[in-house]
Amino acid sequence: MASVVAVIASTHHPFYYRASTATGEDRPPFADEWVSKITAFRETLTRARPDVLVMVGSDHFHQLWLDNMPQFLVGKAPFYDANWYNEEREFGLPKMLLKGQEDLSAHILRAGLDEGFDLAFSNELRIDHSVTCPIITLRPEADLPIVPIYTNIFAPPLPQPKRFVQLGKAIREIVESWPSHLRVAIIGTGHLSLELGGPRQFGPHGPDPEFDRKAVEWIATGDLERCLAEVTLDSLHSPGNATHGFMDFMLMMGVAGAGAKADYVDSLDLFHTMEAYFTWYPSGAPA
Amino acid sequence: MSKYLVDKFLYTVDRDPDLVERYRTAPRETVEWWEQSRANEVLNCHSGEASTWLRFTDSERSALIDHDHVALFELGAHPFLTLTLFIAMFERDHGPLEYQKAYGARLAHFSMPYPDIAT
Repeated sequence: MASVVAVIASTHHPFYYRASTATGEDRPPFADEWVSKITAFRETLTRARPDVLVMVGSDHFHQLWLDNMPQFLVGKAPFYDANWYNEEREFGLPKMLLKGQEDLSAHILRAGLDEGFDLAFSNELRIDHSVTCPIITLRPEADLPIVPIYTNIFAPPLPQPKRFVQLGKAIREIVESWPSHLRVAIIGTGHLSLELGGPRQFGPHGPDPEFDRKAVEWIATGDLERCLAEVTLDSLHSPGNATHGFMDFMLMMGVAGAGAKADYVDSLDLFHTMEAYFTWYPSGAPA
Repeated sequence: MSKYLVDKFLYTVDRDPDLVERYRTAPRETVEWWEQSRANEVLNCHSGEASTWLRFTDSERSALIDHDHVALFELGAHPFLTLTLFIAMFERDHGPLEYQKAYGARLAHFSMPYPDIAT
Protein backbone atom coordinates (compact mmCIF):
# COMPACT_ATOMS: atom_id res chain seq x y z
CA MET A 1 0.00 0.00 0.00
CA ALA A 2 1.00 3.63 -0.44
CA SER A 3 2.66 5.36 2.47
CA VAL A 4 1.93 8.87 3.73
CA VAL A 5 5.43 10.20 4.20
CA ALA A 6 4.55 13.76 5.16
CA VAL A 7 1.52 15.80 6.13
CA ILE A 8 1.97 19.51 5.64
CA ALA A 9 -0.29 22.41 6.54
CA SER A 10 0.52 25.94 5.53
CA THR A 11 -0.89 29.34 4.86
CA HIS A 12 -0.88 30.30 1.18
CA HIS A 13 0.29 33.85 0.80
CA PRO A 14 0.03 34.97 -2.82
CA PHE A 15 2.58 37.76 -2.24
CA TYR A 16 5.43 35.32 -1.52
CA TYR A 17 6.38 34.74 -5.13
CA ARG A 18 6.77 38.43 -5.92
CA ALA A 19 8.44 39.25 -2.58
CA SER A 20 10.95 36.42 -2.90
CA THR A 21 11.92 37.20 -6.49
CA ALA A 22 12.04 41.01 -6.17
CA THR A 23 15.42 42.70 -6.19
CA GLY A 24 16.82 46.13 -5.36
CA GLU A 25 14.34 48.77 -4.25
CA ASP A 26 11.40 46.51 -5.08
CA ARG A 27 12.44 43.91 -2.51
CA PRO A 28 10.39 44.33 0.67
CA PRO A 29 12.28 44.48 3.98
CA PHE A 30 10.72 41.25 5.23
CA ALA A 31 11.63 39.23 2.11
CA ASP A 32 14.93 37.76 3.32
CA GLU A 33 13.49 36.42 6.57
CA TRP A 34 10.49 35.06 4.71
CA VAL A 35 12.67 33.28 2.13
CA SER A 36 14.80 31.82 4.88
CA LYS A 37 11.75 30.42 6.68
CA ILE A 38 10.30 29.03 3.46
CA THR A 39 13.62 27.39 2.58
CA ALA A 40 13.68 25.60 5.93
CA PHE A 41 10.02 24.60 5.54
CA ARG A 42 10.70 23.26 2.03
CA GLU A 43 13.40 21.01 3.41
CA THR A 44 10.78 19.24 5.56
CA LEU A 45 9.06 18.06 2.39
CA THR A 46 12.24 17.33 0.44
CA ARG A 47 13.52 15.08 3.25
CA ALA A 48 10.38 12.94 3.01
CA ARG A 49 11.18 12.07 -0.66
CA PRO A 50 7.57 12.11 -1.91
CA ASP A 51 6.50 10.70 -5.28
CA VAL A 52 2.99 12.18 -5.32
CA LEU A 53 1.38 15.24 -3.73
CA VAL A 54 -2.25 15.41 -2.62
CA MET A 55 -2.97 19.13 -2.56
CA VAL A 56 -5.89 20.51 -0.54
CA GLY A 57 -6.93 24.08 -1.28
CA SER A 58 -9.86 26.25 -2.23
CA ASP A 59 -10.77 27.83 -5.53
CA HIS A 60 -11.13 31.61 -5.19
CA PHE A 61 -14.03 32.08 -7.62
CA HIS A 62 -11.95 31.06 -10.59
CA GLN A 63 -13.37 27.90 -12.11
CA LEU A 64 -15.97 27.23 -9.43
CA TRP A 65 -18.82 29.67 -9.46
CA LEU A 66 -22.12 30.24 -7.70
CA ASP A 67 -24.19 28.65 -10.46
CA ASN A 68 -22.69 25.25 -9.71
CA MET A 69 -20.78 25.22 -6.45
CA PRO A 70 -19.40 21.96 -5.03
CA GLN A 71 -18.54 21.68 -1.34
CA PHE A 72 -15.69 19.20 -1.84
CA LEU A 73 -14.23 18.45 -5.26
CA VAL A 74 -11.46 16.11 -6.39
CA GLY A 75 -9.55 16.76 -9.60
CA LYS A 76 -9.09 13.76 -11.87
CA ALA A 77 -7.08 14.78 -14.89
CA PRO A 78 -3.72 13.97 -16.47
CA PHE A 79 -2.68 17.63 -16.28
CA TYR A 80 -3.68 20.81 -14.48
CA ASP A 81 -3.05 24.22 -15.90
CA ALA A 82 -2.59 26.69 -13.13
CA ASN A 83 -2.99 30.29 -12.11
CA TRP A 84 -5.40 32.75 -13.61
CA TYR A 85 -5.21 36.12 -15.30
CA ASN A 86 -6.27 38.02 -12.18
CA GLU A 87 -3.60 36.23 -10.11
CA GLU A 88 -0.97 37.18 -12.64
CA ARG A 89 -2.32 40.74 -12.56
CA GLU A 90 -2.49 41.16 -8.78
CA PHE A 91 0.26 38.88 -7.48
CA GLY A 92 2.57 38.38 -10.47
CA LEU A 93 2.06 34.61 -10.31
CA PRO A 94 3.39 32.66 -13.31
CA LYS A 95 1.33 30.33 -15.47
CA MET A 96 2.14 26.70 -14.57
CA LEU A 97 1.36 23.20 -15.80
CA LEU A 98 1.27 20.36 -13.29
CA LYS A 99 0.95 16.65 -13.92
CA GLY A 100 -1.94 14.73 -12.41
CA GLN A 101 -1.94 11.31 -10.70
CA GLU A 102 -5.20 9.94 -12.06
CA ASP A 103 -5.01 6.53 -10.37
CA LEU A 104 -4.91 8.15 -6.96
CA SER A 105 -7.66 10.60 -7.97
CA ALA A 106 -9.87 7.68 -8.99
CA HIS A 107 -9.08 5.83 -5.77
CA ILE A 108 -9.89 8.86 -3.60
CA LEU A 109 -13.16 9.45 -5.45
CA ARG A 110 -14.32 5.82 -5.26
CA ALA A 111 -13.31 5.27 -1.65
CA GLY A 112 -14.51 8.72 -0.58
CA LEU A 113 -17.95 8.12 -2.07
CA ASP A 114 -18.08 4.72 -0.41
CA GLU A 115 -17.16 6.32 2.93
CA GLY A 116 -20.12 8.70 2.71
CA PHE A 117 -18.51 11.82 1.23
CA ASP A 118 -20.44 12.86 -1.87
CA LEU A 119 -17.38 14.22 -3.63
CA ALA A 120 -17.71 16.21 -6.82
CA PHE A 121 -15.07 15.72 -9.49
CA SER A 122 -13.54 17.58 -12.37
CA ASN A 123 -11.78 16.19 -15.43
CA GLU A 124 -10.60 19.63 -16.52
CA LEU A 125 -9.54 21.79 -13.64
CA ARG A 126 -7.46 24.92 -13.82
CA ILE A 127 -6.08 25.34 -10.33
CA ASP A 128 -5.34 28.58 -8.52
CA HIS A 129 -2.94 29.99 -5.95
CA SER A 130 -4.31 27.93 -3.05
CA VAL A 131 -2.52 25.01 -4.70
CA THR A 132 0.26 26.76 -6.60
CA CYS A 133 1.51 28.82 -3.65
CA PRO A 134 2.54 25.66 -1.77
CA ILE A 135 4.04 24.27 -4.97
CA ILE A 136 6.10 27.47 -5.27
CA THR A 137 7.15 27.40 -1.62
CA LEU A 138 7.56 23.65 -1.05
CA ARG A 139 8.34 22.12 -4.45
CA PRO A 140 9.30 24.91 -6.86
CA GLU A 141 10.49 22.35 -9.42
CA ALA A 142 6.77 21.51 -9.81
CA ASP A 143 7.88 18.08 -10.98
CA LEU A 144 5.62 15.75 -8.98
CA PRO A 145 2.16 14.60 -10.02
CA ILE A 146 -0.66 15.93 -7.91
CA VAL A 147 -4.23 15.23 -6.88
CA PRO A 148 -5.97 18.54 -6.17
CA ILE A 149 -8.83 18.56 -3.66
CA TYR A 150 -10.89 21.72 -3.39
CA THR A 151 -13.02 22.70 -0.41
CA ASN A 152 -15.62 25.43 -0.20
CA ILE A 153 -14.52 27.91 2.48
CA PHE A 154 -15.68 30.83 0.41
CA ALA A 155 -19.30 30.76 -0.69
CA PRO A 156 -21.88 30.14 2.03
CA PRO A 157 -23.56 27.88 2.94
CA LEU A 158 -20.37 26.08 3.95
CA PRO A 159 -19.93 22.61 5.43
CA GLN A 160 -19.45 22.47 9.21
CA PRO A 161 -15.89 22.55 10.62
CA LYS A 162 -16.23 18.97 11.87
CA ARG A 163 -16.92 17.86 8.30
CA PHE A 164 -13.55 19.22 7.22
CA VAL A 165 -11.90 17.25 10.03
CA GLN A 166 -13.81 14.09 9.07
CA LEU A 167 -12.82 14.48 5.44
CA GLY A 168 -9.18 14.95 6.41
CA LYS A 169 -9.25 11.79 8.48
CA ALA A 170 -10.87 9.90 5.59
CA ILE A 171 -8.31 11.21 3.07
CA ARG A 172 -5.49 9.90 5.25
CA GLU A 173 -7.08 6.43 5.48
CA ILE A 174 -7.96 6.39 1.78
CA VAL A 175 -4.43 7.30 0.69
CA GLU A 176 -3.03 4.64 3.00
CA SER A 177 -5.34 2.08 1.36
CA TRP A 178 -4.19 2.96 -2.18
CA PRO A 179 -2.65 -0.16 -3.71
CA SER A 180 0.62 1.43 -4.75
CA HIS A 181 4.23 1.46 -3.66
CA LEU A 182 4.39 5.26 -4.02
CA ARG A 183 5.25 7.74 -1.30
CA VAL A 184 2.53 10.34 -0.84
CA ALA A 185 2.69 13.73 0.85
CA ILE A 186 -0.62 15.35 1.78
CA ILE A 187 -0.36 19.13 1.71
CA GLY A 188 -3.13 21.58 2.54
CA THR A 189 -3.29 25.32 2.77
CA GLY A 190 -5.64 27.68 4.50
CA HIS A 191 -5.61 30.84 6.56
CA LEU A 192 -5.30 32.01 10.10
CA SER A 193 -7.27 35.18 10.89
CA LEU A 194 -7.80 37.10 7.69
CA GLU A 195 -9.93 39.99 6.48
CA LEU A 196 -10.47 40.69 2.80
CA GLY A 197 -12.56 43.58 1.55
CA GLY A 198 -13.57 44.64 5.07
CA PRO A 199 -12.58 47.34 7.56
CA ARG A 200 -9.83 45.29 9.20
CA GLN A 201 -7.92 44.38 6.05
CA PHE A 202 -4.22 45.04 5.44
CA GLY A 203 -3.37 45.98 9.01
CA PRO A 204 0.13 45.69 10.50
CA HIS A 205 -0.72 42.12 11.64
CA GLY A 206 -3.48 39.64 11.01
CA PRO A 207 -6.83 41.01 12.21
CA ASP A 208 -6.89 38.81 15.33
CA PRO A 209 -3.46 37.93 16.78
CA GLU A 210 -5.09 36.17 19.74
CA PHE A 211 -6.97 33.82 17.43
CA ASP A 212 -3.73 33.21 15.51
CA ARG A 213 -1.89 32.33 18.71
CA LYS A 214 -4.56 29.84 19.73
CA ALA A 215 -4.85 28.41 16.23
CA VAL A 216 -1.11 27.75 15.97
CA GLU A 217 -1.25 26.01 19.35
CA TRP A 218 -4.20 23.82 18.31
CA ILE A 219 -2.50 22.79 15.09
CA ALA A 220 0.96 22.25 16.57
CA THR A 221 -0.39 20.02 19.33
CA GLY A 222 -3.12 18.33 17.27
CA ASP A 223 -5.69 19.59 19.76
CA LEU A 224 -8.77 18.85 17.70
CA GLU A 225 -10.95 18.61 20.77
CA ARG A 226 -10.39 22.20 21.84
CA CYS A 227 -10.34 23.46 18.28
CA LEU A 228 -13.70 21.86 17.49
CA ALA A 229 -15.11 23.09 20.80
CA GLU A 230 -14.22 26.71 20.02
CA VAL A 231 -14.62 26.95 16.26
CA THR A 232 -18.02 27.19 14.62
CA LEU A 233 -19.20 28.59 11.31
CA ASP A 234 -20.47 31.63 13.25
CA SER A 235 -17.40 32.08 15.43
CA LEU A 236 -15.08 32.24 12.43
CA HIS A 237 -16.57 35.57 11.34
CA SER A 238 -15.17 37.33 14.35
CA PRO A 239 -11.38 36.89 13.77
CA GLY A 240 -11.82 38.27 10.22
CA ASN A 241 -14.28 37.90 7.39
CA ALA A 242 -12.09 35.45 5.41
CA THR A 243 -11.12 33.30 8.38
CA HIS A 244 -13.28 30.39 7.24
CA GLY A 245 -10.15 29.36 5.33
CA PHE A 246 -8.99 28.10 8.73
CA MET A 247 -11.21 25.08 8.12
CA ASP A 248 -8.63 23.81 5.63
CA PHE A 249 -6.15 23.78 8.52
CA MET A 250 -8.74 21.78 10.45
CA LEU A 251 -8.97 19.35 7.55
CA MET A 252 -5.20 18.93 7.74
CA MET A 253 -5.43 18.33 11.50
CA GLY A 254 -7.82 15.52 10.57
CA VAL A 255 -5.21 14.16 8.15
CA ALA A 256 -2.48 14.35 10.80
CA GLY A 257 -4.74 12.74 13.41
CA ALA A 258 -6.13 13.77 16.79
CA GLY A 259 -3.35 14.47 19.25
CA ALA A 260 -0.64 14.32 16.60
CA LYS A 261 2.05 16.78 17.56
CA ALA A 262 3.62 18.49 14.55
CA ASP A 263 7.27 17.61 13.95
CA TYR A 264 7.96 21.06 12.55
CA VAL A 265 6.26 24.34 13.47
CA ASP A 266 7.13 27.83 12.33
CA SER A 267 5.33 31.11 11.81
CA LEU A 268 6.00 34.60 10.57
CA ASP A 269 4.08 37.65 11.64
CA LEU A 270 3.53 39.65 8.45
CA PHE A 271 1.37 42.64 7.68
CA HIS A 272 -2.18 41.62 6.73
CA THR A 273 -2.00 38.02 7.96
CA MET A 274 0.23 35.65 9.89
CA GLU A 275 2.09 32.93 8.03
CA ALA A 276 2.23 29.48 9.66
CA TYR A 277 3.96 26.26 8.63
CA PHE A 278 3.52 22.74 10.02
CA THR A 279 4.90 19.33 9.07
CA TRP A 280 4.09 15.91 10.48
CA TYR A 281 5.91 12.68 9.66
CA PRO A 282 3.35 9.89 10.21
CA SER A 283 5.92 7.17 9.56
CA GLY A 284 8.61 8.78 11.68
CA ALA A 285 11.01 11.58 10.82
CA PRO A 286 13.12 10.78 7.75
CA ALA A 287 16.83 10.30 8.24
CA MET B 1 -32.10 41.66 -3.59
CA SER B 2 -30.07 40.06 -6.30
CA LYS B 3 -26.75 39.62 -4.53
CA TYR B 4 -25.99 36.77 -6.86
CA LEU B 5 -26.23 39.04 -9.88
CA VAL B 6 -24.01 41.71 -8.30
CA ASP B 7 -21.44 39.00 -7.59
CA LYS B 8 -21.81 37.75 -11.17
CA PHE B 9 -21.08 41.23 -12.50
CA LEU B 10 -17.97 41.58 -10.33
CA TYR B 11 -16.83 38.07 -11.24
CA THR B 12 -17.27 38.35 -14.99
CA VAL B 13 -15.74 41.82 -15.23
CA ASP B 14 -12.78 40.87 -13.04
CA ARG B 15 -11.77 37.97 -15.27
CA ASP B 16 -11.75 40.01 -18.50
CA PRO B 17 -8.93 42.56 -18.88
CA ASP B 18 -10.88 44.62 -21.44
CA LEU B 19 -13.94 44.77 -19.22
CA VAL B 20 -11.84 45.83 -16.22
CA GLU B 21 -10.65 48.86 -18.19
CA ARG B 22 -14.08 49.57 -19.60
CA TYR B 23 -15.71 49.47 -16.18
CA ARG B 24 -12.98 51.72 -14.78
CA THR B 25 -13.43 54.40 -17.41
CA ALA B 26 -17.12 54.11 -18.33
CA PRO B 27 -18.98 52.57 -15.38
CA ARG B 28 -22.51 53.59 -16.29
CA GLU B 29 -22.23 52.44 -19.88
CA THR B 30 -20.59 49.18 -18.79
CA VAL B 31 -23.14 48.34 -16.09
CA GLU B 32 -26.10 49.10 -18.35
CA TRP B 33 -24.64 47.17 -21.29
CA TRP B 34 -23.77 44.23 -19.04
CA GLU B 35 -27.23 44.07 -17.46
CA GLN B 36 -28.82 44.24 -20.90
CA SER B 37 -26.65 41.73 -22.72
CA ARG B 38 -24.66 39.64 -20.24
CA ALA B 39 -26.60 39.31 -16.99
CA ASN B 40 -28.60 36.32 -18.18
CA GLU B 41 -25.75 34.29 -19.69
CA VAL B 42 -25.42 30.91 -17.98
CA LEU B 43 -21.69 30.85 -17.35
CA ASN B 44 -20.96 27.16 -16.81
CA CYS B 45 -22.88 26.08 -19.88
CA HIS B 46 -22.35 25.91 -23.63
CA SER B 47 -23.22 29.13 -25.38
CA GLY B 48 -26.63 29.83 -26.77
CA GLU B 49 -28.58 29.15 -23.60
CA ALA B 50 -29.64 31.93 -21.26
CA SER B 51 -31.75 32.71 -18.23
CA THR B 52 -34.62 35.15 -18.53
CA TRP B 53 -35.17 36.67 -15.10
CA LEU B 54 -32.01 38.31 -13.79
CA ARG B 55 -31.87 42.05 -13.18
CA PHE B 56 -30.35 44.43 -10.64
CA THR B 57 -32.33 46.34 -8.05
CA ASP B 58 -32.00 50.11 -8.37
CA SER B 59 -29.65 50.32 -5.38
CA GLU B 60 -27.43 47.55 -6.74
CA ARG B 61 -27.23 49.17 -10.15
CA SER B 62 -26.38 52.54 -8.58
CA ALA B 63 -23.70 51.06 -6.32
CA LEU B 64 -22.02 49.48 -9.34
CA ILE B 65 -22.31 52.60 -11.51
CA ASP B 66 -20.90 54.74 -8.70
CA HIS B 67 -17.95 52.39 -8.05
CA ASP B 68 -19.24 52.51 -4.47
CA HIS B 69 -17.49 49.66 -2.67
CA VAL B 70 -18.98 50.75 0.66
CA ALA B 71 -22.51 50.38 -0.70
CA LEU B 72 -21.60 47.04 -2.27
CA PHE B 73 -20.34 45.82 1.12
CA GLU B 74 -23.59 46.97 2.72
CA LEU B 75 -25.60 45.12 0.07
CA GLY B 76 -23.77 41.88 0.83
CA ALA B 77 -21.68 41.62 -2.33
CA HIS B 78 -18.90 39.10 -1.81
CA PRO B 79 -16.04 41.18 -0.36
CA PHE B 80 -13.36 39.15 -2.11
CA LEU B 81 -14.87 39.85 -5.52
CA THR B 82 -15.30 43.56 -4.85
CA LEU B 83 -11.80 43.95 -3.44
CA THR B 84 -10.08 42.06 -6.23
CA LEU B 85 -11.77 44.02 -8.99
CA PHE B 86 -11.37 47.40 -7.27
CA ILE B 87 -7.66 46.75 -6.69
CA ALA B 88 -7.36 45.98 -10.40
CA MET B 89 -9.03 49.27 -11.28
CA PHE B 90 -7.64 51.69 -8.72
CA GLU B 91 -4.46 50.44 -7.05
CA ARG B 92 -2.44 51.86 -9.96
CA ASP B 93 -3.38 55.42 -8.90
CA HIS B 94 -1.85 55.01 -5.42
CA GLY B 95 1.34 54.14 -3.57
CA PRO B 96 2.03 50.61 -2.23
CA LEU B 97 -0.93 49.36 -0.13
CA GLU B 98 -2.28 52.92 0.09
CA TYR B 99 -5.43 52.03 -1.84
CA GLN B 100 -6.07 48.84 0.17
CA LYS B 101 -5.75 50.69 3.48
CA ALA B 102 -8.01 53.56 2.38
CA TYR B 103 -10.52 50.98 1.10
CA GLY B 104 -10.62 49.42 4.59
CA ALA B 105 -10.81 52.80 6.32
CA ARG B 106 -13.91 53.74 4.32
CA LEU B 107 -15.60 50.66 5.83
CA ALA B 108 -14.62 51.52 9.40
CA HIS B 109 -18.20 52.24 10.46
CA PHE B 110 -19.19 48.60 10.00
CA SER B 111 -19.08 46.40 13.07
CA MET B 112 -19.77 42.71 13.52
CA PRO B 113 -21.80 41.07 12.23
CA TYR B 114 -21.07 42.33 8.73
CA PRO B 115 -23.81 42.22 6.10
CA ASP B 116 -24.67 38.68 5.09
CA ILE B 117 -22.94 37.54 1.88
CA ALA B 118 -24.90 34.30 1.42
CA THR B 119 -26.48 34.15 -2.02
